[in-house]
Amino acid sequence: MEKLRIGKVIKVNANMVTAQIDGQIIQNEVAYIVHGVERLKAEVIRVRQNQAEMQVYESTQGLKEGEVVEFSNELLSVELGPGLLGQIFDGLQNPLPALAKECGFFLKRGVYLEALPDEALWDFTPLVKEGDKVLAGSWLGFVPEKIFKHYIMAPFMLNGSLEVVSIASAGKYNLKQAVAQLRDGNGGLHNVFLQQIWPVKIPIGAYVEKLRPTEPLVTKMRLIDSLFPINRGGTYCIPGPFGAGKTVLQQLTSRHAEVDIVIIAACGERAGEVVETLKTFPELLDPRTQKPLMDRTVIICNTSSMPVAARESSVYTAVTIAEYYRQMGLNVLLLADSTSRWAQAMREMSGRLEEIPGEEAFPAYLESRIASFYERAGVVKLRAGVTGSVTIGGTVSPAGGNFEEPVTQATLKVVGAFHGLSRERSDARKYPAIDPLISWSKYAGFVNPEVKEKCHAILVRSNEIAQMMKVIGEEGTSLKDYIEYLKGEFFDFVYLQQNAFDIVDEATSKERQLYLLEFIGLMLDTKYNLADKAAALHFFQGLRQLMRTWNSMEYNSPEFKNSEAEIKMFLSAKEIKESK
Amino acid sequence: MQKAYTNIIQIAGDVITVEAEGVGYLDIAQITTRRGVSLAQVIRIDSKKISLQVFAGTRGITTNDKVRFLGHPMRIATGENLLGRIFNGSGVPLDRGPLLTEGFIDIGAPSVNPVKRIVPNKIIRTGIPMIDVFNSLVESQKLPVFSIAGEPYNELLARIAIQAEVDIIIVGGMGLKHDDYLFFRETLNAHGALSRCVFFIHTASDPTVECLLVPDISLAVAEDFALKGKRVLVLLTDMTNFADSLKEIAITMEQVPSNRGYPGDLYSQLAARYEKAVDFEGAGSITILSATTMPGDDVTHPVPDNTGYITEGQFYLKGGVIEPFGSLSRLKQQVNGQTRPDHRTIMDTMIQLFASYRETLEKQSMGFQMSPWDEKLLKYGLLFEENMMSLKVNIPLEKALDLGWQILANCFTPEETGIKLSIIQKFWPKNQ
Repeated sequence: MEKLRIGKVIKVNANMVTAQIDGQIIQNEVAYIVHGVERLKAEVIRVRQNQAEMQVYESTQGLKEGEVVEFSNELLSVELGPGLLGQIFDGLQNPLPALAKECGFFLKRGVYLEALPDEALWDFTPLVKEGDKVLAGSWLGFVPEKIFKHYIMAPFMLNGSLEVVSIASAGKYNLKQAVAQLRDGNGGLHNVFLQQIWPVKIPIGAYVEKLRPTEPLVTKMRLIDSLFPINRGGTYCIPGPFGAGKTVLQQLTSRHAEVDIVIIAACGERAGEVVETLKTFPELLDPRTQKPLMDRTVIICNTSSMPVAARESSVYTAVTIAEYYRQMGLNVLLLADSTSRWAQAMREMSGRLEEIPGEEAFPAYLESRIASFYERAGVVKLRAGVTGSVTIGGTVSPAGGNFEEPVTQATLKVVGAFHGLSRERSDARKYPAIDPLISWSKYAGFVNPEVKEKCHAILVRSNEIAQMMKVIGEEGTSLKDYIEYLKGEFFDFVYLQQNAFDIVDEATSKERQLYLLEFIGLMLDTKYNLADKAAALHFFQGLRQLMRTWNSMEYNSPEFKNSEAEIKMFLSAKEIKESK
Repeated sequence: MQKAYTNIIQIAGDVITVEAEGVGYLDIAQITTRRGVSLAQVIRIDSKKISLQVFAGTRGITTNDKVRFLGHPMRIATGENLLGRIFNGSGVPLDRGPLLTEGFIDIGAPSVNPVKRIVPNKIIRTGIPMIDVFNSLVESQKLPVFSIAGEPYNELLARIAIQAEVDIIIVGGMGLKHDDYLFFRETLNAHGALSRCVFFIHTASDPTVECLLVPDISLAVAEDFALKGKRVLVLLTDMTNFADSLKEIAITMEQVPSNRGYPGDLYSQLAARYEKAVDFEGAGSITILSATTMPGDDVTHPVPDNTGYITEGQFYLKGGVIEPFGSLSRLKQQVNGQTRPDHRTIMDTMIQLFASYRETLEKQSMGFQMSPWDEKLLKYGLLFEENMMSLKVNIPLEKALDLGWQILANCFTPEETGIKLSIIQKFWPKNQ
């Protein structure tokens, strides 16, 4: 065992503390500042001669010059193992419910509890036998966790071919009991536990290869799935001014998205929003499994009033847990809200380090940090032959709602889809407020590209006419153009917009989207007998109301069929029959 | 611990640097100058060099004045004794009443564990339809009023404070004009609310640094009351002055500015205060209403912009009325589903139609011909502005909803409103 390395505090500047230490210092190692009975966690972020500059993950109130700093030799890491699902952690993987039991209402500083309870017993079933050859990340056995098979894997940090020396027989084990022993190429022996430790800032690379994301990820949001789809293993971003509905969008996605596991990283945002997720998820049922949504969710929560440095680490904690479940062949969706707060945490630290500021005082390494975070998404082929994926969706909160700012721009360069929210749409109470005229996606999705093209054309044309009408007025617009304009508005209202408070309309399945899209497509291609603009407006208003009622009916229910028939009647009354 | 130091080596802005040992970060010190005694707070430690911000300002401080470190962070007395009292930003009485000596607590306590919060679910009725119907205020919400300097934001805050059903009102004034402060006191007094109020007042002529303490002190006192089961409403006016004070200190400390001179941690600083709004599981609550003036009516200015990302919506006060566009209560969904089944429908429909009305106004101002639909919208818009938007209107929520249906029925046919049939059948006024 190495001797404990000790330093002394010499400077305190908000959450940056400088310690002096003789001997070696490891960049990014974890250190503890001893303040009376409290031990405050910190991370070395810059080394200058014998001085280690550290960001402290806690409030630094009361720290004094000369206080002892213990260096740990370890990088900032998380504990990975069964028991993560359904948990709520802070940015350093402190379990918040356990903390509340221990400390009450407030987050007492310097209290670190174990992320996963050591003594819990898990039902282990082995998958390999003695003498088998395995690699890092190979499945050695599994334990049941909620509805999943939680695979116990050969430690990710080992290299080369490994030989199974011993493997536990089926039975109950806790996290501290070895279930296997492996021998590496140099003869070194390694015990395998149900749990393993991994440094958060390093991607888990124990897989065969990274593949192109091709499978669509259905979010049940019509605007997203039909026009700007996301693929499993892809990345997307949602920038928008405050109040445009980023968080509502993320919340509904976390409920309805067709994935196995959702990791929510509430990073520097309001505590109230996390509370809502926290209190509603245990009661909501996942429509696919009929189990509480909480069973497939992990929440990493570092809200805006919690220490800033831990906010920086919270997205890494989240993505590491996502990668861990991906290694079991599961499809994981990571929702980070908001990446701007994460960037701001970097900016605050950079300012205290007195680094030369880049644009808007963000550090020069902002872009590369954002890029390497999103690059941790992907579909991978695992050693077991199956695939697993991590999809990352991050919200961006641009200052002043201006997309030209550094965080939005750096994000747009690296993501596969862009869902831009607009103030105009949210002011007009259009949900989702994703602006179809500026958003884009590089993924194919499940809708035929021609149909997508057509929808887009309708919207663009309608917008053009709307702009023109502002100049030449309604009376200067021809009836034909006016109808084109109404068609676009109609399509927006009945298809792109959804009622987030209607239990049926808030989520639309893939089948229903395709059905509806075909129905509306046909409807918009037909010519109608509309004498003047007033008649046209009246016609589309009536149709709109019928469609809205239809949207809130259970797919293929008797009411749904009745409503559909009613709409068809309404249409045929005005339809111009092609005479042959 | 009570050792005094007399070697001040630097005085810059409101920050002094003194050589001392064994001083804790954010500890409080007493500085005795020829002008009297002032408090100061440690804001940086660089080995033996301790930088302090002096609450009373540095004017007249000499390099050999006595600095005595008290060995604890900023504290404030709490409890029932505070009710009806008026203090300055460092907790010194301004009302000739006795000094407070009991129940001291540290200000700036750690943040609340999210799992100990409960989902807000109680509406605070204000009698203002633009709030009750369209953007309901909810207990434990944090909500700023965005406006430009001349708007009656203090009047609005005072009116909500008087009508809201809360146990305790705490007024934190930052850079307040003396007459505004008198206005608050007189209005609350006239409605018999003064005995459940506590004032922490920093006026425009007081030293800048003292302004920084006002939100922390106000919220620390509020938190103490809330933990004892009280429902507390905190009014903070004006948070832009608070942000400007932060800027001043940051520049003095030679920090790298991020946006228009404001420090990079403006968001975290504001959030640390606003996030004190809470509904405790099994205890009381804190609701925060603040005023944020927008220089040049620019919502993208760093202060309103960062505030908007932190708070749960905002009331946008413009031209003496609460603007329906730009105003938002993020928590309204928590409560407006339980008031009356038509609440949400009225809310959505009336706003959508009002948006169309605004478009029509634009067309009208450009001299375009008005279609029959436009005429209907114009009629609707006027009725809406007079009966719903005006701050003179003071009616309970249910009355306001009924009025909403009347206005709709006055102007439109049911299908023109786009409302679902089932709701129309139930609520559309039959007497038309």
